[in-house]
Amino acid sequence: MTPMELNGNIAIIGYGLGAIGPGIGIGLIFAAVIQGTARQPEARGAMMGTAWIGMALTEALAIIGIALAFVFANFG
Amino acid sequence: MAVAQVAPATRRGMPMLGVIAVALVVISLIVGIIVAITVPTEEHFSVGVANFTTPPFLSSIPWFTRAMLLGLVAFALALSFWLAMSRNHKLVPGKRQYFGEWAYSFVRDGIARDQIGRDFQKYLPYLIALITFVIINNLWGMFPLTLFPTMSHVGWAYSLAVISWLIYNVVGIRKHGFFGYVKHSVLPAGVPPALWVLVIPIEFISNILIRPVTLSLRLFGNMFAGHLLMLVFAGGGQFLLFETAPVINKFAGGFALIFSLAILALETFVQCVQAYIMTILSAQYIGSALAEEH
Repeated sequence: MTPMELNGNIAIIGYGLGAIGPGIGIGLIFAAVIQGTARQPEARGAMMGTAWIGMALTEALAIIGIALAFVFANFG
Repeated sequence: MAVAQVAPATRRGMPMLGVIAVALVVISLIVGIIVAITVPTEEHFSVGVANFTTPPFLSSIPWFTRAMLLGLVAFALALSFWLAMSRNHKLVPGKRQYFGEWAYSFVRDGIARDQIGRDFQKYLPYLIALITFVIINNLWGMFPLTLFPTMSHVGWAYSLAVISWLIYNVVGIRKHGFFGYVKHSVLPAGVPPALWVLVIPIEFISNILIRPVTLSLRLFGNMFAGHLLMLVFAGGGQFLLFETAPVINKFAGGFALIFSLAILALETFVQCVQAYIMTILSAQYIGSALAEEH
């Protein structure tokens, strides 16, 4: 029986905190898309294009967070 | 006659079943190979960044690694896909031509024309090459024998973002002149002069410096984190199932292995969406560099 290493680092907690904002933001974006689709179903295509861009811009913070988490993990 | 027409319609359900069966076999193969790869060969196995190092095939050629091989194959595949789709066109399209036209018009209408506007035709080859190359490289993460998204090495994502950055800056400078382009990109129209001190640095940092970084880190981060997540579920599940004694661990390990299939499906979706987003953002940056003053 070989023990499996689970290496942990406090930087991942920072990433978790940093992911809160983008999580809320992406939720807001798609909530708005769902509402818009419910009110005007034929505009769904146009809304989805904008929604993907908005999602990409919103999740940038989370992505930078995970990159920085790995950067700072090496300083520990 | 009516029977002959009905028969293909009822048989149309069969390829769907075949596709599902093949997909199930492929998925189980993938999981089996993930487990086989993640079986610890040394005493300690840990899921981490070290799993992403690809040693070169020959020690005499240090740059020719697995990522390089996959990138070159993706290049050849993208090239041969579009060569095959673009030759021998007919007035009434067959299946191959129809698929090619659908893929082409998806990029042309859905991405280039919406984001760039009137002069989109010039930038269409770059966008099509970008989306094809990125989507093939991302999907390498799904197939049993490759099982490695090339873009999870950040250098590949950096170089693609640098190409996009060069294109939209050069295009903007050509259109507006150097100082015109700088003014166009750091100063949004209608800002009162009192706010220039605040707005110009923010716009400069966000438009010139941060854009290529986020463009590349978004692609890299999604590929890297998604693959790491799959590795955690498959490797951890395998460890709990086979190498620990308590019964509850066996249940947890089996559940983790089954759940890794769901992660796999999510990853497939994310890989396609990221290729789309990379292309649509490149198109949007080109479009905003080309935009006229309002």
